[in-house]
Amino acid sequence: MNAIMQPWPWYVSGPLISLVLFLLLWVGKNFGMSSNLRTLCTICGADKTSDFFKFDWKAQRWNLVVVLGAIIGGFIASNFLSDSAVVHINPETVKDLKELGFSSAGNAYLPTELYSLDALTDIKSVLILAIGGLLVGFGTRYAGGCTSGHAISGLSNLQLPSLIAVIGFFIGGLIMIHLLFPLIF
Amino acid sequence: MRTLLYLLIGIFFGITMFKSEAASWFRIYEMFQFQSFHMYGIMGSALAIGIVVVQLIKRYKLKSIYGERIQFIPKNKSVSRYLIGGIIFGLGWALAGACPGPMFTLVGAGFAPILIVIVFSVLGTFLYGVLKDKLPH
Repeated sequence: MNAIMQPWPWYVSGPLISLVLFLLLWVGKNFGMSSNLRTLCTICGADKTSDFFKFDWKAQRWNLVVVLGAIIGGFIASNFLSDSAVVHINPETVKDLKELGFSSAGNAYLPTELYSLDALTDIKSVLILAIGGLLVGFGTRYAGGCTSGHAISGLSNLQLPSLIAVIGFFIGGLIMIHLLFPLIF
Repeated sequence: MRTLLYLLIGIFFGITMFKSEAASWFRIYEMFQFQSFHMYGIMGSALAIGIVVVQLIKRYKLKSIYGERIQFIPKNKSVSRYLIGGIIFGLGWALAGACPGPMFTLVGAGFAPILIVIVFSVLGTFLYGVLKDKLPH
């Protein structure tokens, strides 16, 4: 039980993600979380604006149930399966982040500068979350998938498009962290 | 019954995302700084086993629990959409520190501001749908 309460090492977490991939295939579905964002658009009435959202969203209900499960899973894991939610990142990373102004680095699960309730009153923090979300939503649909759909599902099936997309994910991430972060923070 | 299965798989996925710390903004930052093996280990091992799983399913023509053939939908061939879309996604992934699975896990874990990321990622998807025909694919 003690091991469960600690953060799970990569060699436990990775195989468990492949188990999720297998379970979804086994129930006749595909692992891909970002399609839910499109489904949510359609439910909100986006099919009246663009044909891209004209599809039978009810056929995607199963995936929304997976999302609901992911929310419940987050609740269970943080409330009942964790002694402490501090993420022990590399001390070098902590030092870098403190220099950028993230004083919560090494002491929290998420940076309080962006994800605490206080951060909601800070216009810059809210803008960062909004722009981040906008880029994720736009990019994932443009690329036809996200980390689950491309990096796990697509690459597991050795699909070249997924490899290109994952290379793109990393180019984008590296540009953001190495070139844009020093300008933003 | 089917719904319960999807829900249980989702719960299992959510717990794994939180406990693996793949849902942590800090881990994403650390990964792009190449200062830890953690995230690469998670994705690498998930992928290595995933490749074996998919190959076994194909070789033994495994059926789903409902007796249907397990289908893999091939993605359309293109470079530009995957590369440009991927780069845009990566920019957002590193900035918000969350991708479309973990962002929902973080709602359950009680981080209210993640709702801003979710609302705007739905908006971003909507924007793509509107501009789709004008973009190179």
